[in-house]
Amino acid sequence: MHTAENSKYAKTHEWAHMDGDIATVGISDHAQQEIGDIVFIDLPQVGQQVSAGQNCCVIESVKSASEIYAPVSGEVVEVNEALKTDPALVNREAHGNGWLFKIKSSAPADYEALMDLSAYKQTIGQ
Amino acid sequence: MTLDNLKKTPLCAACEAAGGKMVDFHGWLLPVQFESIIAEHKAVREGAGMFDVSHMGQVFVEGKDAWAFLQYVNTNNIKNTPGAGTYSHIVNEQGCIIDDAISFCLTPEKFLVVVNAACIDTDVAWFEKHAASFDVKITNDSARWGMIALQGPSAIEKAAALIPGVADMARFTIQGMELFGAKGYVTRTGYTGEDGVEIMASPEAIVKVWDALLKAGVKPCGLGARDVLRLEAGYLLNGTDADGSQTPYEAACGWVVKLGKENFIGKAALEAQKAAGLKRRLTGFVLTGAGVPRGGCKVFKNGTEVGTLTSGTYSPLFKGIAVGYADTALEEGEAVEIEVHGRRIAAKKVKTPFYKNRV
Repeated sequence: MHTAENSKYAKTHEWAHMDGDIATVGISDHAQQEIGDIVFIDLPQVGQQVSAGQNCCVIESVKSASEIYAPVSGEVVEVNEALKTDPALVNREAHGNGWLFKIKSSAPADYEALMDLSAYKQTIGQ
Repeated sequence: MTLDNLKKTPLCAACEAAGGKMVDFHGWLLPVQFESIIAEHKAVREGAGMFDVSHMGQVFVEGKDAWAFLQYVNTNNIKNTPGAGTYSHIVNEQGCIIDDAISFCLTPEKFLVVVNAACIDTDVAWFEKHAASFDVKITNDSARWGMIALQGPSAIEKAAALIPGVADMARFTIQGMELFGAKGYVTRTGYTGEDGVEIMASPEAIVKVWDALLKAGVKPCGLGARDVLRLEAGYLLNGTDADGSQTPYEAACGWVVKLGKENFIGKAALEAQKAAGLKRRLTGFVLTGAGVPRGGCKVFKNGTEVGTLTSGTYSPLFKGIAVGYADTALEEGEAVEIEVHGRRIAAKKVKTPFYKNRV
């Protein structure tokens, strides 16, 4: 199971947890706090090819739209269907059931390049 | 981004103490939200919420010709019975909106005009420019006043202990009163579509008003909730829904233009526009598909662009709502598409206000 501790982070606040060659992707607890009440998530399409750093998802709060970038390259193999009816799940459980989508990784080096939790925390001043 | 050089209202410290997430709003440091925009929206629709609106401007117009002057610079008929307030637009010679403001009659020779924060300097300069042939004195008193908007179905009940007689005040009236030892004003007005009052007091007294309301259980609310509430209630946000190039008719506020008045700035241009008809008008839209519309999004009908949104948000009551300038040929209920992040989402034209208020 993915947790804050066993995930790695992009500087744009996404986390990725690698299980085999499948990366589960979400946003950090810090990011959900900054975004505020999440009201709609425009998830990527299953089957869509994404490359690391590519904008592939939009999280809408009452106040603003936030672009979400793929932390690793590969193919989107699953999206979190629960978010279609309950997008605020990301606010409640950013590191648990509020994951966004899963990518079948095509470049293992992408994941290695991400930060661990303590390095990420330094970037957000925690 | 630095927030250090921003202007602070008298309630800045109180907002920070209440957990306000502070942002730059037209050069002012103000809370965009406290706990949650949705929770704050709910408080105002179902109970009572309060907003720091100290950044708004207070301009006094005094003198023998005070009323005649305000009639000249406003499109609406300004009421000149003591206590009465009038919402109106201030337009230029081309009939384009400079600001929207409420003029309150204190005496037939003294009015308080409450103007938008971002327009204080522009409005005062405009007034000064046109005051020459009138016996009036114009005073920008904005820095001397703090202001709280207390809004919601329980607002009047919450205000009763602080403001004797508040329940008997009619909508859009003003009363002067003493608040914590200083001169204050209370108006039965707001920008949310709910009943409530706006309270103006000295910078010291307004902090005491805030604390008293906080103790009474009023929820502190930020700019985020205020924007959702005002959009639901169909209120114009000057600077966003009118950028200086639209007339009150185009902004769907034709009711504030009284062409029967003898003379006022912009009258000829507005008469001409009324006679010629409009090509575009501020129009309400509701998304029928999922998504959140925002200002700047384009509106399409059968693939042809027919409008551009100026404001859009997620409404807890109505989901995706928006207003924008659109072709006047569109009919009520007509299906359109709104492009959000490159995706065209089904929507329809609707009447505003989205929220039919009880006030």
